[in-house]
Amino acid sequence: MFDIALLWDVRGLILQGLWNTLWICFFGCLLAVSLGLVLAALRLANPRLFGYPVACYVEICRGIPLLILLFLLYYGGPSIGLRLDAEIAGVTGIGLYGAGYFAEIYRGGFKSIPKGQLEAARMLGISPWHALIRIQIPQMARLIVPPGTNQLIILVKESALISIISVDDLTKNATTIVNQTFQVIEPYLAVALLYWLMIELVARGGYALEKRLANRQPRHVAQKDNSHANG
Amino acid sequence: MFEILLNHYPVLLKGLTTTLVVSLSAIALGLVLGVLLAFGLTSRYRLVRWPCGLYRSFWRGTPILLQLLLVYYLLPEIGIEIAPITAAILTLTLNTAAFQSEIFRSGISHIPAGQIEAARMAGISAWQTRRRIIMPQVFRLTLPPLTNEIITILKNSSLISVIAVTELMRVSEQIASRTFQPLETYLAAALLYLAVNLVLARLSAYLEHRMTGGLATE
Repeated sequence: MFDIALLWDVRGLILQGLWNTLWICFFGCLLAVSLGLVLAALRLANPRLFGYPVACYVEICRGIPLLILLFLLYYGGPSIGLRLDAEIAGVTGIGLYGAGYFAEIYRGGFKSIPKGQLEAARMLGISPWHALIRIQIPQMARLIVPPGTNQLIILVKESALISIISVDDLTKNATTIVNQTFQVIEPYLAVALLYWLMIELVARGGYALEKRLANRQPRHVAQKDNSHANG
Repeated sequence: MFEILLNHYPVLLKGLTTTLVVSLSAIALGLVLGVLLAFGLTSRYRLVRWPCGLYRSFWRGTPILLQLLLVYYLLPEIGIEIAPITAAILTLTLNTAAFQSEIFRSGISHIPAGQIEAARMAGISAWQTRRRIIMPQVFRLTLPPLTNEIITILKNSSLISVIAVTELMRVSEQIASRTFQPLETYLAAALLYLAVNLVLARLSAYLEHRMTGGLATE
């Protein structure tokens, strides 16, 4: 029933779709991760000025479907002079949408660092910027890797929506193959397997990173804590 | 944007109703299936755990759009004629069941083993233990992640527009193509999604606030 030969015949379309999905996901996630950091940092730096706008941004990302955002960018953009290629609209949509979630993940990480540490740093005359780079971010990194990995997985799966704004990604090309060959199971299952594989790779990468950070960090911190306790 | 809302509110509301009906039926059906799957995932028998794990892995590991297309085009292949809206509810149900099963599994693992041992000692059957002791506590424990899942399904229901179910997204597309005001129309739709989801989030926060206290783990 499952016809492998059929898949071999359409490998060109599958590979093209895979390539498009991969690069759009990569840049979309990159935008989400970096813009999210900027938003979280702004909120942290000046809560009174940026707290409310960033919180609103986060709520909007959580409350509207990515598909609406993609449609706004791709079909709504031209009304205000913003003409984007479907691929670029895809990257932008995934990036803007993911940034709201990442801002919240970073914030969770920041909040979990005891205030006493920052007060101590200020007492010692360490500048806020220096405290951010040397004290907050290294500790935060470990905490945000698991939810961050989860979010990346969600973004990779949601990237299938860009097929609806006519990007030739994996999902769109699978449908093209279905329409050409009149076979439903093979193309869709093959493509599902590829998504599964991508997601598994992201998850594995997340675990590996988490392990590395965990191995490096706590021993160092624990030693220091002990020396203080003993001293 | 407000002009679109004012001029087209009957259709928009109809679309929103379909969105809500589809999402909430999927959530309710998925809850039943999800609870059963969670029992399967925490079963003593590997022969039960393994297929449940595979199911969860597939439905959580592939894009929901792909699942929808697979369900919608596959069922007629094997001779089952299915209306778009039924396919939509079926897909969302099968998808959310996998996510909910994981939420419930995690909730079940938070119930102290002593309670279950005590129930067995007291001669309460395994099924009764689940129904009367485990699940009431699990529902309270898992309210926040469950709310997130409801919101996720509401948002994901927008993609059933691709199989021509006239929910909010589809209705907006129709309005946009008629009025040539895509920006305003999609903003109006975004506002409606946002409003529903904000209300849901607040409602859940309120319920959570009311239900805290008397939890097994605290």
